[in-house]
Amino acid sequence: MSKYFLNYLDELESEAIFILREVWAQFENPVILFSGGKDSILVTHLAKKAFYPAKIPFALLHVDTGHNFPETIQFRDELVKELGVKLIVGSVQESINEGRVAEERGKNATRNALQITTLLDTIEEHKIDCAIGGGRRDEEKARAKERFFSHRNDFGEWDPKNQRPELWNLLNGKHFEGEHFRAFPISNWTEMDVWNYIKRENIKIPSLYIAHEREVVWRNNSWIPVSEFLKLEEGEKAEKKKIRFRTLGDITITGGIESEADTLEKIVQEVSAMRKTERGDRSDDKRSETAMEDRKKQGYF
Amino acid sequence: MQIDNNQLLRFTTAGSVDDGKSTLIGRLLYDSKSIFEDQLESVSATSAKKGHKGVDLALFTDGLRDEREQGITIDVAYRYFTTPKRKFIIADTPGHIQYTRNMVTGASTANAAVILIDARHGVIEQTKRHSFIASLLNIPHLIVCINKMDLVEYSEERFNEIVGQFEEFSSKLLMKDVRFIPISALDGDNVVNRSKNMDWYQGGTLLNILETLHISSDINKIDARFPVQTVLRPQSEEHRDYRGYAGRVASGIYRVGDEVAILPSGFTSRIKSLNTGEHEVQEAYAPMSIAMTLEDDIDVSRGDMIVRVNNQPEPLQEFDVMLCWLNDDAAKPRAKYSLMHTTNEQRAMIKEVVYKIDINTYDRITDDKNLSRNDIARVKLRCTRPVMLDSYRDNRNTGSVILIDEMTNETVAAGMII
Repeated sequence: MSKYFLNYLDELESEAIFILREVWAQFENPVILFSGGKDSILVTHLAKKAFYPAKIPFALLHVDTGHNFPETIQFRDELVKELGVKLIVGSVQESINEGRVAEERGKNATRNALQITTLLDTIEEHKIDCAIGGGRRDEEKARAKERFFSHRNDFGEWDPKNQRPELWNLLNGKHFEGEHFRAFPISNWTEMDVWNYIKRENIKIPSLYIAHEREVVWRNNSWIPVSEFLKLEEGEKAEKKKIRFRTLGDITITGGIESEADTLEKIVQEVSAMRKTERGDRSDDKRSETAMEDRKKQGYF
Repeated sequence: MQIDNNQLLRFTTAGSVDDGKSTLIGRLLYDSKSIFEDQLESVSATSAKKGHKGVDLALFTDGLRDEREQGITIDVAYRYFTTPKRKFIIADTPGHIQYTRNMVTGASTANAAVILIDARHGVIEQTKRHSFIASLLNIPHLIVCINKMDLVEYSEERFNEIVGQFEEFSSKLLMKDVRFIPISALDGDNVVNRSKNMDWYQGGTLLNILETLHISSDINKIDARFPVQTVLRPQSEEHRDYRGYAGRVASGIYRVGDEVAILPSGFTSRIKSLNTGEHEVQEAYAPMSIAMTLEDDIDVSRGDMIVRVNNQPEPLQEFDVMLCWLNDDAAKPRAKYSLMHTTNEQRAMIKEVVYKIDINTYDRITDDKNLSRNDIARVKLRCTRPVMLDSYRDNRNTGSVILIDEMTNETVAAGMII
C-alpha cells in the first residue's frame, strides 16, 4: 500500500474535521447538540481536534428531558468544565410547565417527541443558525438520506424530498434569517467505526456504556432500567443484571443488553459480533416503520 | 479484528426499478454478513406480507415512505458495509433520466461506479447514460455487472456479445479502468461467492474486485493544493502568537520547510509546522485535515490557497465548464449566481451556453440553449475575480464548482472545469 494513503478511520476523522471547520466558517452562531451519548461525545472530541490549539468555538446544547440517567448529567458537567465551553440547556420540563407541550399518556408514554418543541424553542431563543449533531446514516433509513449540511425551514422542518444536492467537498450553508441548519460531521461512520475510534483515541465515555450491575425490568424485549420514572406493570418484576447500554436516550426508553464487556477492548469485540442494530433496543423507533422519518420531518435530531 | 490499516472505498450504483440494483446491493450486504437480525426479521415479515417467496433482498435498501410506496429510490441513499479488507460506502442513486442530478451527486465523490446491465436486454439507453455520467464525473474505476445471467442460461457468448456492445459505444468516453463481471444478483453468482454455473469466467467476484481495486493513486498526489478554510488564533497565554491555517489538503504533499506561495496575493513563505489535532507531523497529504503555520507573518484568510511556488493553478476570470443543472428553476440568461470553488466564494455569470449534450446519444445540441433540470451543457462562466483553477480531469477537488441562486440560496448547478 502507498505510504501516502489514509486508513479508513483517519479518512473519516479528516472528513468530520473538515465539516466542523466549514460550520465554523459559514455560520454565525453554531452549537453542538450534546446528549451525553457516545456520538455527541465523539463529535465534541473531533471539534477539539479541529480547532486545536484554540478552544472549541461552539457552545454545547443539551435538551434535557428531565428523564436522565444521573451518570449522563455528571459526565456532561465534567466535560463542559474540562473544555471550558458554554453549556446551553433546553428543558422539556419547562416546556411542559409553560404549556408549550403536554405529557404523553398511556403505558409507553415518553418525553421523546416533546424534545422537538424544546429544541426548536431553544434554537430560536439563542438565535442558533446551525446545530451540529451526531446523527449517522447507518442508524436508520430516514437518516440514510441526510446531507452533511441539512437545511431546516423557519418552522424547523426537514423536507427530505427537496434537499440541496451536495457534491464533492462543497457545502452550501446559505440560509435566510429564521432558518437554520443541522450539520452531521459523522454521517459516514458506522457504530463499529465509532467504537474502533473511541478505543484508538481512548476517549472518555459515560460508565453506562460499560457493563455494570443495575436493577432492570424486562419490557419490549430489552432490559429497561428501574428509575423513579418507571411504573412497574402487573407481572413485571425488577431484577439485578449485569448490563450495558449500546445507545443512550431517556432512562425511560433506553434498553440495556446483558453483557460482560467491561473494557473498551471487550466492547469493540462485542459490537463486532452483534447481530442486532443498536437502535433495535430503542422503543422510540419501534412505534411504526416510519417513526424516525416522521419525527425528523418535524425537527427531531 | 485487524482492520486498522484498511482503506475506505466509495462507490456509486445507478439503476432503475427492473435491472436488479436493489437486489444486488441487498445481496452484497447479505452475503458479506452486514445485515443484522432485526433488519432481517423486518424484511422477512414484509416479504411474506407482499407474498414473496423467501427473503426479498431488495427490501434491505428501502428508504422513505414515498420510496417504499412507489418502489423507487428518489434521493441518494448511503449504505455501509465492511469486510476484513476494506470499509465501503455505497451511494445508491436512482437511474431514471429525471434523476440525473442525483446520479451526478452520488458520483461526485466515488472511487468506483457499478453499472448494471440486464443480460436479456444488453446495452440500453440507461447504460449509456450511466456510463456517460461516470466518465463526466471522472470516476476512476468502472465495474460493469452483466446481471440476470441465470435468465440467459449463463451463456458466455451472450456475455461477450454485451461486452462488445459496451466497448463499441464507450469508445467515445474517457475511461481508465473498466471491468466486466457476469453475475446473478438474485442467486448470488459472482457477487460475493464464485458462481458454479459459469466456469468460463476467470475473473474475480464483484466483492473481490471492490476489495482489491488500486485506489491509492485516485487522488492527485503531484499538484499541492491547500485551500484555507479558517484561521486558528487561540489567544491563550500558551499560544499567544500562534496563527494556524486550517484546511483539508485537496491534493499533493506538503512538508515542513517547503517554500509555498499564497494565492491570490502571491506572497511566499516557508512552512513552519504542520499539525493534525495536537500531533505535529512532518508531512501532510490529501485528504488530511491539518493546521499549517508559516515562517512569515502574512495576511492569509478563508478562500486563499496555499500552493508550491513552482506548481501553481491558473488564475482565470473566464473559463469553460461542463455544467449539470440541478434545480427545478431553469437557468436565467446572464443572471448572476454565487460560485463556490474549494473554500472560495464569489459571483459568477453564465456568459454563454456553448452546447448541450444528449446524454443518451452523446450528441451535441446547439439549437437549444435553455438549461433546465438535469441538463448537461458546456458553458462559459465569467467571475468577478480570478479563480485558482485546475482542470477537473487533473484534480477533482480544485476542478469543481457549484452555483448557488442568490434569491433562493439553493445549489442550482454543479460544474467541472474543462
